[in-house]
Amino acid sequence: MIQVYLPIAELSVDAAVIVGLGALVGFTSGLFGVGGGFLLTPLLIFLGIPPSVAVGSGTNQIIASSVSGVVAHFRRGNVDMRMGGVLLAGGILGSGLGVLLFNLLKSLGQIDLTIRLSYVVFLSSVGGLMLVESVGSLIRKVPASSAPRGPENFAWASRLPWLMRFPKSGLYISAILPLGMGVVVGILVALMGVGGGFIMVPAMIYLLGMPTQVVIGTSLFQIIFVTIATTFMQATLNHNVDAVLTLLLIAGGIIGAQWGARAGAKIGGRNLRILLALLVLGVCSGLIGELVSTPDDPYSIVIER
Amino acid sequence: MARIGFLIVWIGILLLGGDGATAARPVVADLSNHLVAITTGFSGTDVLVFGATDDRKGDIVMVVRGPRETHVVREKVRLAGIWVNREAAVFPAIPAFYAVAATGPLNTVVPSEIRKRHGIGVEALPLAATDSSHKSLPDDQARKFRAALIQLKQQAGLYPEALGVVTTLENRLFRAELELPATVPVGSYTVEVYFVQDGAVVGAEITPLFVSKTGFSADVYDFAMYNAAKYALASILFAVFAGWAVALVFRR
Repeated sequence: MIQVYLPIAELSVDAAVIVGLGALVGFTSGLFGVGGGFLLTPLLIFLGIPPSVAVGSGTNQIIASSVSGVVAHFRRGNVDMRMGGVLLAGGILGSGLGVLLFNLLKSLGQIDLTIRLSYVVFLSSVGGLMLVESVGSLIRKVPASSAPRGPENFAWASRLPWLMRFPKSGLYISAILPLGMGVVVGILVALMGVGGGFIMVPAMIYLLGMPTQVVIGTSLFQIIFVTIATTFMQATLNHNVDAVLTLLLIAGGIIGAQWGARAGAKIGGRNLRILLALLVLGVCSGLIGELVSTPDDPYSIVIER
Repeated sequence: MARIGFLIVWIGILLLGGDGATAARPVVADLSNHLVAITTGFSGTDVLVFGATDDRKGDIVMVVRGPRETHVVREKVRLAGIWVNREAAVFPAIPAFYAVAATGPLNTVVPSEIRKRHGIGVEALPLAATDSSHKSLPDDQARKFRAALIQLKQQAGLYPEALGVVTTLENRLFRAELELPATVPVGSYTVEVYFVQDGAVVGAEITPLFVSKTGFSADVYDFAMYNAAKYALASILFAVFAGWAVALVFRR
């Protein structure tokens, strides 16, 4: 037990528990190839970290994990910089809106509820879809379809103005589509403290029709800059980035990610997806339990400065 | 035990001084420590309040008031199955910490109008609430939120429920331990000492007390609050560097 005082969360935690949590989330992200922010924030909330601080510090931690992840994709040339740039422009706009919304909800006393509800909605839909898809493919004994639909299926997207050519992805589509996706995901980054990869990646494949090999690298590339911008806005406007908490999480994440990547190679892809789906749904039901159970005290107090 | 030695010396000075310039003062008081420093391992502390009165028979009442802050109390209600913050009450500029100590039960020592005038005892605190648009609340709402505020504050140990004990010696010296919990709010406090005789205040003394954070966590907090842009950049740079270093070390 090494008690460490978190200066922004204003409470003492066991450093080993937080490092362990970082390692667990790092392990899952190494294992499943997802960012893990969508697991980190709810788990921090379960530990008693105020949701607002969990979101701000989680965003800060994602910068580190995305930077370490993107390096390998850059080496292989799997980053569509042009597409990343457009997504990122939308992402920064969206996260700016999200941080302002966060600030407004905080002053109305509804931010904790909003964070929890957003998680319930996203975790239940993502977890449910994953479970249905992977269990379905298990029963049918055929590999899950991973072939992306070509951009020709999206004729409506090329009828929009601001057509742009993305040579790396082999696309000629309206910039409005990735820009809008960026805005939506940016809002989620600010409100939920996630990188947004778990929404961005399927949207890039199924909505934009991007080739799968550039999707992860490009998503990581835009996540780095959106989380940098969000961390800056959270820290200056909402003061909810706890440097000590971030440090412990990064330390744990480094250990966990290496370990997870090795373990992932041993377990099959379909089993991994079922495990991940169950994990996501488990966290989600924990949050639902917190929302519906009668609180010990219906009253709460905050000091406004 | 250094504190006791300190106390004896101080009381000696107070008593000696009592023969001279302060002869007219019916009560003098001081604290063992005017500055409480909250460090990383802070788990609460005691501050000794002590002093002397002239030789008249009477009671001592102490009131400790913490920094004034705006408190918002919110009530959760069940809405479509989930618990949601609904109504709120704003208590502008009320003490973040409040404690009373006395030589006897408050209602026998001090008459209610004096308690009201000086704000002695939680019941005597004004604690006026408004709604979130600064309009006053209806009476039943105000009463409900006031009771909730006091209960929450008591649970947090910030409005200690039990009346502190003031012990006296030879009818002239008095002392009381002021217990500050681990969560004691930061800021400037006042310690008021009243000398009450036959239900009337015959002397009073006010001494300041400061509670402030020091050390690493205080520096981080101040950096984050007052230098937010630089703090944000430092946090971001650290994360970028850590991520990049990891990618170099664990090159796959």
